[in-house]
Amino acid sequence: MALELRDEVATGSEPAVTQPSAPLRALTGDTAYAGDPAGAAGSARAGEPVVKIRGYGRRFGDRVVLEGVDLDLADGEVAALLGASGSGKSTLLRALCGIDHGADGHVTVPKERAVVFQDHRLLPWKKVWRNVLIGVKGSKADALAALQEVGIAGRADAWPGTLSGGESQRVALARAFIRRPRLLLLDEPFGALDALTRLRMHGLLRELCARHNPATLLVTHDVDEAITLADRILVISDGRISLDHRVGDDASARSGTAALALRARLLSELGVNPNHRPHQNHEKR
Amino acid sequence: MSAVSYDYEVVVGKAAEDSERPIAKRIAGGGLSVWRRIWSSRGTRFLGPLILLGVWQLAVSVGHASPLSLPSPSNVFTTGRHLVANGTLISALLVSLRRVGLGLALGVAIGGSLALLSSLSLVGERLIDPVMHMFRTMPVLALLPLFVVWFGIGEKAKVFIVGWAVVFPIYINLYAGVRSVDEKLVTAGKVLGLGRWGLIRHVILPGALPQFLTGLRLALGVSWLVLVAAEEINATSGLGYMITNAQNLSETNVMFVVLIVFSLLGLATDILVRLIERWTLSWRSSFVTK
Repeated sequence: MALELRDEVATGSEPAVTQPSAPLRALTGDTAYAGDPAGAAGSARAGEPVVKIRGYGRRFGDRVVLEGVDLDLADGEVAALLGASGSGKSTLLRALCGIDHGADGHVTVPKERAVVFQDHRLLPWKKVWRNVLIGVKGSKADALAALQEVGIAGRADAWPGTLSGGESQRVALARAFIRRPRLLLLDEPFGALDALTRLRMHGLLRELCARHNPATLLVTHDVDEAITLADRILVISDGRISLDHRVGDDASARSGTAALALRARLLSELGVNPNHRPHQNHEKR
Repeated sequence: MSAVSYDYEVVVGKAAEDSERPIAKRIAGGGLSVWRRIWSSRGTRFLGPLILLGVWQLAVSVGHASPLSLPSPSNVFTTGRHLVANGTLISALLVSLRRVGLGLALGVAIGGSLALLSSLSLVGERLIDPVMHMFRTMPVLALLPLFVVWFGIGEKAKVFIVGWAVVFPIYINLYAGVRSVDEKLVTAGKVLGLGRWGLIRHVILPGALPQFLTGLRLALGVSWLVLVAAEEINATSGLGYMITNAQNLSETNVMFVVLIVFSLLGLATDILVRLIERWTLSWRSSFVTK
């Protein structure tokens, strides 16, 4: 069974609640969903998940990376996806991007989606503001507004090659948010940044997500980053989602003993025992 | 005491600044000593050619060389001035420039189109690439007689043979350039919603441009080479004809004049490509000035 990736076609960028409600379809591939205007109008119905994954599987040759993954993401939800390297977390994200064509299962994602990679992937031959507008119909003023939001409007006319790592990643965020995404996919976006810049970017990302409210999937291997940013933490191990934890709304859930306990739990789920001496510290496979 | 520490600070400041400059510049001149500062100025580039000229003149004066084998620089200069004044050199230059220009335009257009077809589509690659590599290894000059048979001894044969020679450096470099475009940027372009043409226009072509310009540089060089060969074999005008004619008339000084014109043309084309690079590749960090 091949992967069926369905783009929901939402009309305009109206808030989801104002969309006329209609039954969400196309979950198991019965009708020509994308070409059906009645179905399309209902895709942004409030309360329905923005992302639906059913029976997703991916193998490379004989090696099964993921199997039977089911996952829903709601509007405005920030989900962190943790996993050891090679666990398939980036593979799942690629499937949601729509750039992986070799998988099994059903994946429904909105058309308004944006991706930020670990490397900024700005086109070096386009000035910063033009990079923000790639694939978007908009004016320089729109680009400047998006850059303003990430605090880097002053570098709008710079070449990407002259930006620092943190600045480049800010531009990448501007390039994502100018699309008004209903689904934001982040593939270890802060992995290449120094610790201080990363903390600043965490603050920025929380701000942006609170304002624009996309469903967000943050792929990371940093347990602390997941606890800081996510409403919900997913752990992938042995080819499936082995843990689906909702972080409490109050600040205490992200700090103090609660955070420490969560951290220990996530690490043990990832097969890391922080109390072991290094030579005993083997990754669980 | 304070003066010493001041000096020290200046050196540190310069050294720090220095480390941010491109490596080539750092090697060429760190700016620490007067000696280095002199050599880092652009004017010193002309010293080498001037020394060569001096050695040449010296060799002629001391060695009493026959003007038939080695005319003196002053002789060559006078001859050159004469040839410019009576219009011979300029008209030959214009004829040759026109042939090279047309041949280049033709070759770049054809080589470029073939490279794009071949690098962007599987069918194109299957059909075009092997053929190109078959033709590429044929010595261009060996084709010249065939071109004369096909196109006569007029302008066509000369323009076409230049075009033929230009096709290959353009094809190979543009093809390699397209294929070496960062796959990650292509993926990024795709997820940003660029379609096939958008990807080609915004990602692939700009990414292939540096290598295309390398191809253009090679093409400019080979175009002169081939043109002169063509003009030496059958022509009644042009720089190549001038050399052959001078050989027949034992005018070594004229041959030298034409050779110097070629060296200047090489310099000019290099400057031209540099300007194009500066203009189109201004995004590259080596060109970025803060």
